[in-house]
Amino acid sequence: MTDQTQHTAAGATTNRESRSTGGFLGLKGRDVTLMIVVLILTMAAPIILNPFPQGSSLAQFNAGYPDLMQRFVIFGILAIGFNILFGLTGYLSFGHAAFLGVGSYSTVWMFKLLNYNVLPGLVLAVIVAALFSLLIGYISLRRSGIYFSILTLAFAQMSFALAYSVLTPITNGETGLQVYTSDPQWLRAAGSPDMPHLFGITMRATETVRVGGWSFDFNFGYYFCAVVMVLAFYMAIRIFRSPFGMMLRAVKSNQQRMNYTGLNPRPYTLAAFVISGMYAGLAGGLMASMDPLAGAERMQWTASGEIVLMTILGGAGTLIGPVLGAGLIKYFENIFSKINDGVLHQWFAFMPDGIENALVTIVHPFVGKGWHLTLGLMFMLIVCFLPGGLVEGGKRIATVFRRDRKSGPVEQQAAQKRNAE
Amino acid sequence: MGILEVKGVNKRFGGLQALGDVNLSVKENTCHAIIGPNGAGKSTLLNCLVGKLVPDTGSVMFDGNSVLGRKPHEINQMGISRVFQTPEIFADLTVFENVMIPCFAKRDGSFRMHAFERTDSETGIVDQAERMLREVNMFEKRDVVASSLSRGDKRRLEMAMCLSQKPKLLLLDEPTAGMARADTNNTIDLLKTIKAKGDVTMCIIEHDMHVVFSLADRITVLAQGTPLVEDIPENIKGHPKVREAYLGEAEV
Repeated sequence: MTDQTQHTAAGATTNRESRSTGGFLGLKGRDVTLMIVVLILTMAAPIILNPFPQGSSLAQFNAGYPDLMQRFVIFGILAIGFNILFGLTGYLSFGHAAFLGVGSYSTVWMFKLLNYNVLPGLVLAVIVAALFSLLIGYISLRRSGIYFSILTLAFAQMSFALAYSVLTPITNGETGLQVYTSDPQWLRAAGSPDMPHLFGITMRATETVRVGGWSFDFNFGYYFCAVVMVLAFYMAIRIFRSPFGMMLRAVKSNQQRMNYTGLNPRPYTLAAFVISGMYAGLAGGLMASMDPLAGAERMQWTASGEIVLMTILGGAGTLIGPVLGAGLIKYFENIFSKINDGVLHQWFAFMPDGIENALVTIVHPFVGKGWHLTLGLMFMLIVCFLPGGLVEGGKRIATVFRRDRKSGPVEQQAAQKRNAE
Repeated sequence: MGILEVKGVNKRFGGLQALGDVNLSVKENTCHAIIGPNGAGKSTLLNCLVGKLVPDTGSVMFDGNSVLGRKPHEINQMGISRVFQTPEIFADLTVFENVMIPCFAKRDGSFRMHAFERTDSETGIVDQAERMLREVNMFEKRDVVASSLSRGDKRRLEMAMCLSQKPKLLLLDEPTAGMARADTNNTIDLLKTIKAKGDVTMCIIEHDMHVVFSLADRITVLAQGTPLVEDIPENIKGHPKVREAYLGEAEV
């Protein structure tokens, strides 16, 4: 029995207790908190992202308009899925945009053939992306490391080329696939909306609430995507905490040992690849649901690179990181790119003319069309100084604060414990 | 008839005959040591047993089945576990996870899509892993990330991983290489306890004669890819052929 107490003192208590408490929907401890935080953030996003009153000079930094918010959560889903592959197994795919594109095409085809209800389209998007990623994954996963990345890149570029030219009857080539009035839409009911909808409520339906100088847009499309993202995030947590997730981390850590432990790494990596492909297909389907158009450029390699960037920027292998990374990049793309010389002049107007012009010239390359430059610098800084991404940054800040605030009480507690024993 | 039967195995790397007509028979629940000077083909032989290499000719039978042509994970599932010369562990995972993985492999086979169960709700596996860690005296270190363990602890962890699969045959490739005397003695003690239970066959490659003579029931001496002699430890000690092979390299 003395043995037992000794072990609990060594830190096994947490596990023992959490095992008996059951938890919430299969989540425990910090995961529940994380889930609640994500839920609150996504549901309150229209308010949180519009902190500046309309008409104020800072209003251009508001990100709470439906279009951008939809993109936040859709790319969030994409990054969550990518992270299941890259974050857990370490296999860096450079071809995930292909699954995104395939998802978009599938959904638009469902609009063309059935009706504008988004559900069949999303289901097909996930199924087609799964089959497509099974094929690409089966071949690409014969190699690992850089060769795997190159293979996925090659496949994605092939898909892009096919979509752009060869498969024009299916993809409508350069123009992009869209719904025409001449399309059959066999299941279309009379009087149903003429745009993507969920059982009659259109994705564009927006309720604008004005409070004082502020104006908040509550858009149905956004909330639909947000709910899907919360579900996707929940599934990701479950995968991370499952034996399957542990095996995926084992793949990243030591495949040799895995082989000699009687485990076959190949089906594990393939399963992770297909799951992340399905996430990408879902994101693609949602994209087409928000705007019923699918273009080949969605499959280009720059799009694949963007997914990698999002995940690394936020923190690969962490749960929340990829979502943060996706949000940050989309924010930059849409907000920073809008800052032009006129805005800059306005900002620096209080300075003497000469300095004002000089400052505008210096800042100019980093904003507006040059937002990529800022993003690149930021990416460089993060990879150099915060290899764990934004999440690691957050953790470091948190530990600094904790040390300051808790150093006193912690020592007291320890002393009390010692006395009690 | 032993649990492991190696017959007429040849392996050639280009112009080098690494293994020449090796015959080996390991009886169930004994400890068989393979010794020999550097380059004798000990590791090549071991690699042929676990599926890392495929011999050019010959047969390797384990428990009545041929292991040739099978993949390493399939051979492991047959009941052969291997401890490597440099510990092969999941360095990024915690000690506890390291031991849980082989428990899962033993229970679920080489692949299972258990994506919606919680790892810590698998009470059977958790208990099994905890018991194993207690057995090797590593329970206090269960939440430590494996890469930060000492060399000796990494070796102990690797053995715990192999043992938690309850293998029929445990292959040990220089388990005490590069260890301090104290760690070596700990390892010998650990292996002796395992051996005392009498439910696992061990096949050990080792340079340290102290280790070999404290554990082995039979010893095969390998030189230039061919077995010179096979006998009980007492007869190996003063064997003239063995002395010749080692050229006084080690005190035999």
